[in-house]
Amino acid sequence: MGGAAILAILFLAPGRSVLAGGMEWHGGVQVNYASRLGTTRQDKPPSGDFLLGEERLQLQSSGAAPKGGAGYFAKADIFHDEVDNQGDVDVREAYLSYAEGPWDIRVGRQIHTWGVGDLLFINDLFPKNYVALFSGRPLEYLKTGAGSLKTSLYSDRMSLDIVALPLFEPDQIPTSRRFFVFDPFSGVTDRTESRPRHDLGNAEFAARLYRPILGFDAALYAYRGFYRTPSMEPDSMTAPTKVTMVYPRLSAYGASLQGNTGGGVLSFEAGVQDSRQDRAGSDPVLPNSQTRFLAGYQRSPWTDFTAGLQYYGEYMHRYDRYAASLPAGFPKQDRLRQLLTLRLTQLLKYQTWRLSLFSFWSPTDDDFYIIPEAAWRMTDELTATVGANVFAGARNTTAFGQLDKNDNLYLSARYEF
Amino acid sequence: MTGFMLKTAAAMALAMTAATPAQAQPADAAAIVRKMHQAFFYQGESFKARVKMTLTGASGKERLRELTMLRLNTGPGGPSARPDEAVRSGLSMPKNGDQRYFMYFHSPGDVRRMAFLVYKYAAREDDRWLFIPALNLVQRIAAKDSQSSFAGSDFSYEDVSGRDLEADEHKLLREEELGGKPCHVIESVPRGSASYKRKTSWVDKANFLPLKEEYYDVQDQLFKEFLAEEVKDVDGAPTVTKRSMKSVKSGHKTVVEFSDVRYRLGLRAEELSERALRNPPGSWLK
Repeated sequence: MGGAAILAILFLAPGRSVLAGGMEWHGGVQVNYASRLGTTRQDKPPSGDFLLGEERLQLQSSGAAPKGGAGYFAKADIFHDEVDNQGDVDVREAYLSYAEGPWDIRVGRQIHTWGVGDLLFINDLFPKNYVALFSGRPLEYLKTGAGSLKTSLYSDRMSLDIVALPLFEPDQIPTSRRFFVFDPFSGVTDRTESRPRHDLGNAEFAARLYRPILGFDAALYAYRGFYRTPSMEPDSMTAPTKVTMVYPRLSAYGASLQGNTGGGVLSFEAGVQDSRQDRAGSDPVLPNSQTRFLAGYQRSPWTDFTAGLQYYGEYMHRYDRYAASLPAGFPKQDRLRQLLTLRLTQLLKYQTWRLSLFSFWSPTDDDFYIIPEAAWRMTDELTATVGANVFAGARNTTAFGQLDKNDNLYLSARYEF
Repeated sequence: MTGFMLKTAAAMALAMTAATPAQAQPADAAAIVRKMHQAFFYQGESFKARVKMTLTGASGKERLRELTMLRLNTGPGGPSARPDEAVRSGLSMPKNGDQRYFMYFHSPGDVRRMAFLVYKYAAREDDRWLFIPALNLVQRIAAKDSQSSFAGSDFSYEDVSGRDLEADEHKLLREEELGGKPCHVIESVPRGSASYKRKTSWVDKANFLPLKEEYYDVQDQLFKEFLAEEVKDVDGAPTVTKRSMKSVKSGHKTVVEFSDVRYRLGLRAEELSERALRNPPGSWLK
């Protein structure tokens, strides 16, 4: 908690007069709980039935130089995790920005998002927190800030973003500490993690070039860095005694297109993922290179109601070699994994109520994930949300099927000031 | 082709100048509504205001929305036109009526720093983008439903940025005084489907601003009422600085107040873009 104290001082100490006028303070208090539904079994994860139990104080400060051009933004959460019974500080964002003519520069811990998918990411390879999504935290916690330098160049013809991320940050994915998850090496307890070292040579780069074309937003993307989801590397495939979590090298290239058609918004995105350490596709431990694509359509058939549908596919490039190298007893993926998503949102009572449903369904993995949610904005400051995460599948080895026993009900309330 | 169109536009402009000299009273209802749109939605080539919306429920509970709004007329007759003279002669509305709107929310907390960008086209569906700061996400949103409530208020998107002139059939009912001001009373009946069956508008003869509008539903009952509660002169342009919309049946009401109003900001269309959503210039938000 020492960190929290320092942070609190940093936030509260500087006199408002120093930058009076150009400086703003805001924040919120949030409580958030998620409990597993149904089965109470003996072999529960250490967290018991609670996937989440926490209270947060968020502080936000932003400012801009009086003559414009320069500014800063910082947002940090001081929180207490009831499940682990410990407190900590989560610096969500803290960056400085500078704009001059057609250039913008932003340096520090910041969240990056691009691409046109809804909860599906093809060219957005920035850090994400899937644990937050699966345990009912507000959507903003799906994205994690990363220490990075972003440069943007704007022109009337096209614009360019270049992001350099020198400090590798993995995705947060469910682990057996709080979730029931599939683990092909469940008998092996000796585990280590090998993250890419914070060397300049390991810096990641992401770029986006975009412009409107015939009323559509068109973009090209490129990325060079690492997979953020670890691969499990055993010391021996036949008699493993130790498993190392590794983050293999990745390059990706893609494009997207989005615009109005027939009263709704039509989206396309595709990307090629080049698994640089396994181009041959014959290493069973490392990911095979893939082509990912999605098509989506969203429209509003009646007042305050929106419906969105997406089709998504992942196509494995060297499936024959993957299939041939996979040791016996390991679950085999399909060559083409397909997903359909549906989002329905209805706003009620002058938009003070929001009822929504998001569902993933995979006809190839034969599994699904549904998130029904109701949010009530009681006053301008206070919002309460209740929802559920429901997972099911024919097999316990697929993306959502493995989470079958983690169905949970979540509750959050937030007061903003 | 372009040359031909330019010539046609010039010819039309000449014809209109001849038909509607500055002081003449246009008898034609559509022409009055056109002038009303000009004075209300298209005044100046660009416009900026700090907007305060107060939403009051039937129980008296209040909610507040504060935002900064920028608007720019684009297309022919846009930034390059000289609005003052043009407005008086009824000429400055761009032929295609295209506009760009930028809105930045200051409060309440759950929408703070959100920004909303609309490219409004007379001839096709609007383009709309929403910036969600917590995710640093720019999201395109479906624009079909212009009747949807704007930010949970009694105003619809259409009430904020204007309804297509051709979408209604307009009729001049009578001329009468409202609050001591001589008005044209116009009835507008939608040609297609709309949230209302008919609308009666009181348009100030002096400046063509709508002073009052009554919306009637399919049962021909009054369900929504607009009032221009305060009109001020800003840079020589009469501007509605306080307006209200009341939902008669639910008793819900929204009052919108403009402050720091400015016209002719010297904006370029390209400035109202994704960059503005993600990183709005500080000078816009002051």
